[in-house]
Order: sequence, then structure tokens, then C-alpha cells
Amino acid sequence: MKDRINRFLRKHTKPDKSIRRPNLKGTLGRKARRLREDLKGKSAREAALLALSRIRAFLEEGLDNGYHTSRHSRLSWLFILPSLAGVCLFFFLPFLVVIFYSFVNNPVQHRFVGFANYIRAAGNAAFLLAAGNTLKFTAISVPLAVLLSLGLAVMMDTKIPFRSAFRTAFLTPMMVPVASVILIWEVLFHYHGLANDLIGIFGAGPVDWMKSEYAPIVIATLFQWKNLGYNMILFMAGLASIPRDILEVARLESASSLQIFLLIKLRYLSSTIVFVTIMSVINSFKVFREIYLMTGNYPYDSLYMLQHFMNNTFNSLDYQKLSAAAILMSLIMIVIIAVMFKAENRISRDLEY
Amino acid sequence: MRSLWDDREDTGGREQKPQRKAGPPAQRTQQRVRIVKKPMDPEALALRQKKKRKEWTRIIVTVVIASAFAFLFLMPILLTFTNSFMSPSEINANYGQVFASTDNGGKVFIAEKVNLKFLPDMVTFNQYVTVLFRSPAYLLKFWNSVFYVVPIVVFQLAVASLAAYGFARYYGKLKAGIFFAYIILMLMPYQVTLVPNYLVSSWLHILNTRWAIWLPGIFSPFAVYMLTKYMRRIPRSIYEAAEIDGADEWQIFSRICMPLCRSGLASIAILIFIDYWNMVEQPLILLSDKEMHPLSVFLSEINQGEISLAFAVAVIYMILPLLIFLYGEEYLIEGITYQGGIKE
Repeated sequence: MKDRINRFLRKHTKPDKSIRRPNLKGTLGRKARRLREDLKGKSAREAALLALSRIRAFLEEGLDNGYHTSRHSRLSWLFILPSLAGVCLFFFLPFLVVIFYSFVNNPVQHRFVGFANYIRAAGNAAFLLAAGNTLKFTAISVPLAVLLSLGLAVMMDTKIPFRSAFRTAFLTPMMVPVASVILIWEVLFHYHGLANDLIGIFGAGPVDWMKSEYAPIVIATLFQWKNLGYNMILFMAGLASIPRDILEVARLESASSLQIFLLIKLRYLSSTIVFVTIMSVINSFKVFREIYLMTGNYPYDSLYMLQHFMNNTFNSLDYQKLSAAAILMSLIMIVIIAVMFKAENRISRDLEY
Repeated sequence: MRSLWDDREDTGGREQKPQRKAGPPAQRTQQRVRIVKKPMDPEALALRQKKKRKEWTRIIVTVVIASAFAFLFLMPILLTFTNSFMSPSEINANYGQVFASTDNGGKVFIAEKVNLKFLPDMVTFNQYVTVLFRSPAYLLKFWNSVFYVVPIVVFQLAVASLAAYGFARYYGKLKAGIFFAYIILMLMPYQVTLVPNYLVSSWLHILNTRWAIWLPGIFSPFAVYMLTKYMRRIPRSIYEAAEIDGADEWQIFSRICMPLCRSGLASIAILIFIDYWNMVEQPLILLSDKEMHPLSVFLSEINQGEISLAFAVAVIYMILPLLIFLYGEEYLIEGITYQGGIKE
């Protein structure tokens, strides 16, 4: 037992080392030097055995010379293994194949064609329509979702009665399957439906919602309905994590609540805003779900989204075009995410929690 | 093992309450500061009242706005619910315009206007009886949904809790890199991830079987990410104490880490459940056989004559998530909160 405690203490009293980068070159050089010294004046057989055992010890120790022993480190890989194997099999490896497919003429011949597939995908009228619609939808509904949910969160952050009941009400749409409420949505936005009655009050003419340029509005409403609660919870958590004393000081310095909001709260919320924006962008890519359930595979032009394009390309089994389109989209996503993270770093660089 | 955090949890019970200061009451009254109420000067009083009034108007305005939003948010759900009790003829009379196709609209009376009604004229349970006992198609699709979701939730959590333990307990450069790749993968939309999924499924010849939905679902990196974040908040000293006591890695994982993660597991299970209960994209691409589609896809394909049934099915479909929500709202909120702050 004493031995074990000693070992434990030896291992754990220098936790800082775990953060330091493993200095591979230095370690190797040191080991090699020591090995050379030890090998002096030994027979060839002994030297070879010693060298082998040293190398084995080095490999077992692993490359991370932090405070974790090799046994633990290897064990932790064993824990990760099932997930890593699955993810590699179902996502990473096939993704490499997708990259490969995007550069060849077809999956059977494997003739390298450069960027021809990308040009073909990007020049495709359906792809352009879908990308344009998706981007337009994202550009409009994501800022709206961020602003509205931030407003709701600020509202819920003050002292009001029935706070938790309101929170439940805002969060319920997230739990309800889209397929269940689609029927009511169709009723609301029918040519003779409630939405037209409502705008009729203000003197606007009836609109054929689902079969016109206005169709994205219907879907955007559905999108907000579904996502506001989720975003609101994120913002409420963000608001709750702002240090109280800073707000207190601001109030003592007689800052108005608008100033407090703009100058303090918004800056502390910057990472939450980034996260909410990223999630909303992802969810806005998923809006196909709602559109498909309401209109099927071939909706009105203004609702033709990227996922429609993908589905219809799947049906034609054009792997090359599909791969090129998927990679284009993943590149776009990576750019969006990177830009958001960069912006967030800029803003919150000098914040202290 | 239990003694490890015993003292963290129930110190409240065992700790002695601080004794009241002994001493004669007379002395204590002398020490007390006496507060004398001064008559307020009228100007300050007016100011205070004004402030109070302002506060009240703020509260009322906020509540009104919040109620309006809450009404808008709940209305579609309530409407679906009440409409599911309407008889087919009533549904046809109200919404015939919306759902009737030209050929079967002849026999029933169809109003020019679409009447949105909150309460049915006559409550009937016939639709439910039909859905549950007479027409097996709906129930079959419902069970399809259950059969897809339950194994995914269970096994994704199992795989992920192992992996998350590996990621959270020991750090390393390679591991950090892999974890970053997981995050990127998690953030990719279906349009991107479905292509690799489809390719693998066709290589393994599991296209158009349940496995095509199950396997990518089970290995989805979402739960790994969430659980890793959750486990990283467990103080290292707990693991180390267990290590001193001679627990091996598996014991630390199963007896210490897992029980501490119970609420995290619940909230992640809810998030996974909603995601897959709602799935539309995956079955559309990976399952060409319509018999195997879950209810979410099937509901949109219900034929025109059975709209009243559709409402009942919709209600049955949303009741399970709603029950889970009512039961586990706190967990859900905790889960969403953990999801935030992706950079940590």
C-alpha cells in the first residue's frame, strides 16, 4: 500500500508536465546518448539485448511523457476504440472515398478528372437554385432566430410571474415532432386559411402561401417556432453565467439598463451568440424536413433546398456529382464555423470570468 | 467507495448547528441598533411611487408579450390535439378545402372558407379506435419509429460513455485532434454526412434494412461530445482518490464515473431521442422500402380521405415526446445548457 501511495505521489505531484508538449527530439536524443554510454564495453549479444529492451521500454512508455503512465494511456484508447472504429467506418473512411470520387470520372473506371465534377456540380442549375435558396433562407432566418431568442431570454431573465410556465411553453415546440403539426400548419397557411384572413384585416390581398414567392416565409415561421425555445435556453444559461459583481458595479455607477445590456451582457454573451448562430445555421440546413413534409420531393421553386437536390441526385445515382456537392457543402460549413470562432475570439479576448 | 464523497453530500445533516450566543437577554437588546422610521419627505415618496408604478407596468408588459408568444407557440399543438377528436365529416366540413383533392370532394359538403375551430362540435374517439385497433398500418409505422429510436438511444449512450471516459480522463495531442474531428463531424449537416453513410451501407449490403439507420445512429459523435464535456467537470481528485484505493480503470469508470453522470446521461438521452424520433432525411435516402419508414415520413403520405385519422395519428405520435418532456424538462434544459459553449 505504501509503495502504491508513493508511486501515486510521484506520478501526480507534477501535473503541469501533462500540459507541456512532448519534446520528442530531445527525449530521443537523450535516450540514445544514455544507451550509447551503457553499451560501452559490452559484448555484441548483450548490447543488442539491452538496446532492444530500451527501445521496447521507450515504445511502451508512449510518446506522451506527461504524468500518465503508458498503461493508463493505452487503456484509455481501449475505451475510445469502439466509438472510433464506428466513426471511422461510417464517417471518416467513406468521407475519404467521397473525396476520391469527387475527383474521378466514375466509381468504376477511376479516371482522374481534376475539378471537372466540381465545375459540373456548381454549374448545375438545380444545384445553384438549391444553394441560393438555402443561403437566402439561412441569411434571413438565422439572424432573426438569434435576435428573437435573445429578446425572449432577456425578457425571461427579469423578474416576472409564471416564469417557469412560460419557459415550458416556449420549449414545447422543440419536443413536438414536425410531422405532427404539419397538418395544422397547412390549415393556417391555406389560400382560405387563417393567415390570409389576418393579412386581410390590414388590407393585403390573399396570398397563395405554399405556391408562391412567399413560401419561404411560411417555412421561416415554422423554423422560428421550432427553434426559438432551444436558443432561448442557451441564452438564458449565458445570461446566468455573467458574473454578478460586474453587473452590480455597473449599477452602482448608475449605468442605464440599456448600457448594461449593450456594453456588458452582450460581450459576455458573445460565445453563446456564436454557438446559437452555428446551431441555427445547422438547423436551417435541416429545414428540408419541414419542407418535405409539407410539399414532398418537388416543391415550388422558391423552396427547393440543397437536401432536395441531394435526394434527387441520390435517385439518379450520380456519385461523382453527389460527392463534389457534399464536399463543397462541407467546405462552406467549415468556413462558416471558422469565421464564427475567429470573430468570437476577437470579441471575448479580454474577458475574464 | 461510497465514503469518497459521503462528506460532500450530507455534511448538512451531521454538522452541528452553530450554537446561539449565550448571554442574558438584556445585554442583547442593548446591542441591537434601533431603527427609527422617519416620516418620508413627500418628494422622495412620490419618486418611489413612480418607480414602483414603472416597475409594475414593466412586469405587465412583459407578461403580456410572453403570454402572446406562449399562445402562438402552443396553439398549433393544442389545435392538433382538439382536432383529433373531431369526426371525419366535421373535419371535411372545416378543412375540406385544404386536403380534398378534386376527385373525392364530391360527396361531402365542403365549405368555401376554411374554418379554424378550437373545439369540436362533438367529441368522438372513433379515430383513435380506428388507428389503434382497425388499421394496422399506422400502428406498424409507430412501432417502426420505436424500433429505430430505442436501440439508437441505448447503444449510442453506451458507446459514447466509454469513449467520453477515454477522452475526458486522459489528455494527449492525438486525442485532442480526434476530438476536434468529432466536433466538426457533429456540426456537419445531413447533406454532407448522408453521402458517406450511403456509400458504407451499400458496401456492407445493409441498405434498405434497419441496420442502415441503426449503425450510423449508434456511432454518431453527438453523445461522445456531450458526455466528454460533462465528464470533464467531474473533479479529478475523485478519480485519483479511487486510484489510491486501488480501483482499476474499469471500476473507476463503472462505479464512480457513470453514477456521477446519471443526470447527464438522462439529458443526452432526451436530446438523442427527439433527434431520431423526428428523422426524415435518413429513411428517405437509406430505406427505399416504404413499409420500413418511420411514422414521421409516413404522416406526410397519408391519403386525402383519412385526414381525421391523420390528426389522431399525429397526436399519438407527439404524445411520447411530450410525456418525456413533461417528465424530464429539467434534464432537457440541463442538456441544452451543456451543449452551449462548444469551445471549452
